[in-house]
Amino acid sequence: MSSMTQAGLVHEGEQEISYLRAKKGIWSWLYTIDHKRIGVMYLVAVLLAFLLGGVAALLVRAELFTMGKTIMEADTYNRMFTLHGLAMVFLFIIPGIPAALGNFVLPLMLGAKDVAFPRLNLASFWIYCTGMGMALFAIVSGGVDTGWTFYTPYSATVSGPVVMMTMAAFVLGFSSIFTGLNFIVTVHKMRAPGMTWGRLPLFIWAIYATAVIQVMATPVLAITLLLLALERTMGIGIFDPALGGDPVLFQHFFWFYSHPAVYIMILPGMGIMSELITTFSRKTIFGYRAIALSSIAIAVISFLVWGHHMFVSGQSVYAGMVFSFLTFLVAIPSAIKVFNWTATLYKGSIDLRAPMQWALQFLILFTIGGLTGIFLGTMGTDIHLHDTYFVVAHFHYVMVGGTVTAFIGGLHYWWPKMFGRMYNEKLATISSVLFFIGFNVTFFTQFILGSRGMPRRYYNYVEEFQQLHQISTVGTWFIGASFLLMLGYLLASLRTGAKAGANPWGARSLEWATQSPPIEHNFHEIPTVQEGPYEFPTTVDGPAKA
Amino acid sequence: MADTNGSFWLPPQSSTVAAASDSLFDFIYWLNVIFFVGITVATVYFVVRYRRKSDDQLATSKVAHNTVIEAAWTFIPLVLLVVCFAWGFRLFLHQSVAPGDALQIEVRAQQWSWGFAYGNGTQTLNELYVPAGRPVKMLISSKDVLHSFFVPDFRVKADAVPGRYTSVWFEAMEPGEHQIYCTEYCGTSHSGMLGTVKVLPADEFDKMYKQGMWPGQTGAGRDPVEWGAELFTSKTCNACHSVDGTRLVGPSLKGVFGKQEPITGGPAVAVDENYIRESIMDPNAKIVEGYPPAMPSFKGQLTDDQISALIAYIKSLK
Amino acid sequence: MSIVKHEVAEHFHSAGQESSSAKLGMWLFLVTEVLLFSGLFVAYAIIKSTNHEMWSAASKQLDVVLGTVNTLVLITSSFTVALAVRAAQTNKNGEKNRQMVGLLFVTILLAATFLVVKYFEYSHKFHVGTLPGSYYHFDGIPFPNAHRFFGVYFLMTGLHGIHVVIGMIVLTWVMLRARKGHFYEGYYTPLELGGLYWHLVDLIWIYLFPLLYLV
Ligand code: HEA
Ligand code: HEA
Ligand code: HEC
Ligand code: CUA
Ligand SMILES: [Cu+2]
Repeated sequence: MSSMTQAGLVHEGEQEISYLRAKKGIWSWLYTIDHKRIGVMYLVAVLLAFLLGGVAALLVRAELFTMGKTIMEADTYNRMFTLHGLAMVFLFIIPGIPAALGNFVLPLMLGAKDVAFPRLNLASFWIYCTGMGMALFAIVSGGVDTGWTFYTPYSATVSGPVVMMTMAAFVLGFSSIFTGLNFIVTVHKMRAPGMTWGRLPLFIWAIYATAVIQVMATPVLAITLLLLALERTMGIGIFDPALGGDPVLFQHFFWFYSHPAVYIMILPGMGIMSELITTFSRKTIFGYRAIALSSIAIAVISFLVWGHHMFVSGQSVYAGMVFSFLTFLVAIPSAIKVFNWTATLYKGSIDLRAPMQWALQFLILFTIGGLTGIFLGTMGTDIHLHDTYFVVAHFHYVMVGGTVTAFIGGLHYWWPKMFGRMYNEKLATISSVLFFIGFNVTFFTQFILGSRGMPRRYYNYVEEFQQLHQISTVGTWFIGASFLLMLGYLLASLRTGAKAGANPWGARSLEWATQSPPIEHNFHEIPTVQEGPYEFPTTVDGPAKA
Repeated sequence: MADTNGSFWLPPQSSTVAAASDSLFDFIYWLNVIFFVGITVATVYFVVRYRRKSDDQLATSKVAHNTVIEAAWTFIPLVLLVVCFAWGFRLFLHQSVAPGDALQIEVRAQQWSWGFAYGNGTQTLNELYVPAGRPVKMLISSKDVLHSFFVPDFRVKADAVPGRYTSVWFEAMEPGEHQIYCTEYCGTSHSGMLGTVKVLPADEFDKMYKQGMWPGQTGAGRDPVEWGAELFTSKTCNACHSVDGTRLVGPSLKGVFGKQEPITGGPAVAVDENYIRESIMDPNAKIVEGYPPAMPSFKGQLTDDQISALIAYIKSLK
Repeated sequence: MSIVKHEVAEHFHSAGQESSSAKLGMWLFLVTEVLLFSGLFVAYAIIKSTNHEMWSAASKQLDVVLGTVNTLVLITSSFTVALAVRAAQTNKNGEKNRQMVGLLFVTILLAATFLVVKYFEYSHKFHVGTLPGSYYHFDGIPFPNAHRFFGVYFLMTGLHGIHVVIGMIVLTWVMLRARKGHFYEGYYTPLELGGLYWHLVDLIWIYLFPLLYLV
């Protein structure tokens, strides 16, 4: 543990007052500017959002169990999948990894006492809560049925609290911008001495690339939603063809944000992957530079591919051509990462504890999700597949099979650091196996449904699809059981879990150099970094280094 | 519906472009399989082979990169993807430009039905008649929100955008029937916005085209109630009206015949044959109290025979 | 007159780290502001490209004189705020506190002048009915959908106006701190950042003016 002992940070035996107990009372949480407490509050909030979106998903699938009405009417169904998409995207997955886990570990990993702007960090959290409140208000006052994409002119004319919902997303956008801005400055300015760019953990690189997208893309979403709200309230005629506007323009605006947003969702997950794969293989990452730079490449190119969501929406063939080409370019950096992670396993010392199980799931599921993106990026095949369940399956494989598994893996990885306790490893294994089975049963069937022609956002379907829909629905029960179990053993660990040491996994980045849970100001003295984050000892130069 | 069931992954190939589209699909599919199997096999093998057996076991390699391998796995996928791109673009171009001699049919989408207008001045609703073995170009527009015209068996799709025209073309190979879906979300009955392509033998098509009458537009020798019931579904009346008393977008038609119906801003009317006919042709003339004026007019899209059959069916709903 | 020494926040290890962080943060924030407006510029460009004649006919309804006055007002205010920053940079023992406050006060007054002029422009438009969307009821423009120009006009100038108001609030806060002697050669970050923000507000107007008034 060279970097740690050099910094002289872990004092065996003595446990000091942790950030969890440093101050008491509810207000000491709500007003805190400690990035760790803000991270924990974010974690609770995004998990609640995940629960909300997840319950909606279970209801969506339950409705599709039979043709016609199973448990709800068409209008309710349409509100349900919209709620599901909006909650999962804006409330859960975009803030998920950066604002919850990232907030907690980013300053620790950098060897800093906090993020650059702690107050802005707290503001971002409360803005998030405001946005969540507005979204919930829109849901209880009737809900919206526009789909998460808010396509005009439907969204500009249909009745319902659409303005409230768009303004909720607008507000959530600002929370996301502030988090991103804060992280960029933190990475630039708050690194401990010796923490060069080449020694940054790859999670930091990923969060950094994410933050760039958050800062650059989200303002465009904000203005788009504002325009939509004005279209509804005063008919300014930008998007509504009845008033001289262009409905396809809305799609351009929307995807200009929302395509980069899918990389806001996946990049942090990829960052977690690099940490998990190395730590649980005890091996230095294969291709550090390639992985770090590919994150930046993804961030940059992702701004130029939005039109691949619109191949059949009436945009020009040549615009489509450019978008298709760039879509393939942006797939290459993802491919590089997948290959590098696989290569990292080679001749490692692989430990299959819970975080690693989720990492391996990511590797397999994300690969399926990414590869099926190729069918969609290819113009000729996207004609057939666009807006079918094939697309639904594609994005669940990348978002759930990718980001969610990484999030869960990261949660299990940093859990002992956050709360100082270990969880039940056996139950964790059962949970991850249940998820793997349930996930594939649910969503692999949807590829077949989609390529055979089943359109998405369908309340009802023709008979030939019944069997596949039923299999898919049954799969969700396994997913539900998996998460319920996880919730149970994680909560239990808070009370009864075994005490975790400073570094239960033998990891080498700086967050493991301070005690678990960390003290309020992270480090007594700012550590000086001497080497990269993945310098694990190997048998090649003997155990002396350990 | 159609002749065969297609393959495991794809519906039957019923248009001339379907085969071209599917061979690209297959190419990408096998590319995917190769990469997926490669990655999975490597992962599983490494995990099994290098599994940590004791707590202090260290890794046996500290290789951190290899320029040759890295260059290979950057460039080989790049080349393969450029192939996908070029092939996909060519196919898309082929699909966007209809042959000059294509028969043109207009598609008018609206919530939640498909109207088709033919060059001979006739119109049909939710039933599209096309000849086999001849290219057909669909000129698509929408009266209200976005919709999307999708025939899986033909591998064609294009959004219907209000205020502009989009198009697809296809050449159906054999006589038969194929499902039309709306694939752009358009509100309550998006999933009820279905239609059927009826491919007729070319000579039969020509005959009917000249006559200006499509099969299914006359009720020659059919039981009107039974035929009306079919029309009630195929013309998507059922998207907005239940026949069992539940309220959808419009009032349920169960037991409606003979009732006194309250009208917004006017005296109540008795539901009789004339009122039903008027409701279908000019629905906004009298709006049932408590409902929006949401029903589209079916003027020109239903023949007299069809309306009579619908009336007979509605009468029968006790 | 004297100065109050600034204390570096606990999580920074030096004043240099603190001020350079703040500056970087501000620049990033300005980037998001530019992108926010850029969405509107794109909408502008697209509508204009398909409605050339309507656009220039509608643009003629704007008052170029008032627009020019406002442009000059804002440019002057950018200049005064820059002078205030300059004063802080050379403020050793509070001898320039008064000057700083004066310059900031003038800046805020100019901002208010801008808003007053805008108020007159707006109320004229309310009066004749050159309003966005469904509120449009003017019949002096012989092209369809002229309301779209005014939609864009009110959106852009309105959003800009909100920025002017926010800028005034920020500058007032900065002015009050300057009066207490918080800014001197060793520390003037809030003043500098407030000034940067104000320059951006000015800059955006410099784009809006020709695009809306002079096309
Ligand atoms: C986490 C989110 C995420 C991620 C990472 C991606 C990644 C990708 N997506 Fe996906 N996508 C979504 C989320 C995401 N997507 C969502 C939410 C939608 C639908 C939105 C809606 O309509 O509601 C969507 C829709 C969508 C469409 C539009 C489909 C349609 O509506 O018709 C397209 C089309 O090009 C596309 C393509 C891609 C591609 C090419 C990638 C690539 O980045 C993938 C790259 C990865 C790999 C390729 C795998 C690993 C590589 C290898 C193993 C190397 C070898 C590979 C080859 C040689 C092929 N996606
Ligand atoms: C992050 C994004 C995300 C996630 C995670 C999911 C998760 C799931 N999604 Fe969703 N989905 C979307 C994003 C996401 N989805 C989007 C954007 C759309 C498009 C919407 C639109 O068309 O507008 C969509 C649409 C969509 C559809 C298509 C609807 C239609 O087109 O008609 C379906 C249908 O099967 C579906 C199913 C599911 C299921 C079964 C899950 C399951 O994986 C969910 C499982 C989760 C749970 C069951 C929650 C359990 C949680 C707890 C118990 C508490 C947690 C606590 C701890 C873990 C500690 N989703
Ligand atoms: C888009 C939805 C929609 C479709 C499709 C639709 N209707 Fe309607 N219909 C309505 C609504 C809403 C009303 C009530 C308002 C009104 O009277 O116009 C209505 C009213 C009626 C009435 C009067 C009912 C009464 O209680 O007095 C009849 C009869 C009717 N429709 C028949 C039909 C038939 C036949 C078809 C198919 C050929 C059809 N409708 C298709 C929405 C629809
Ligand atoms: Cu029409 Cu969906
Ligand atoms: Cu995309």
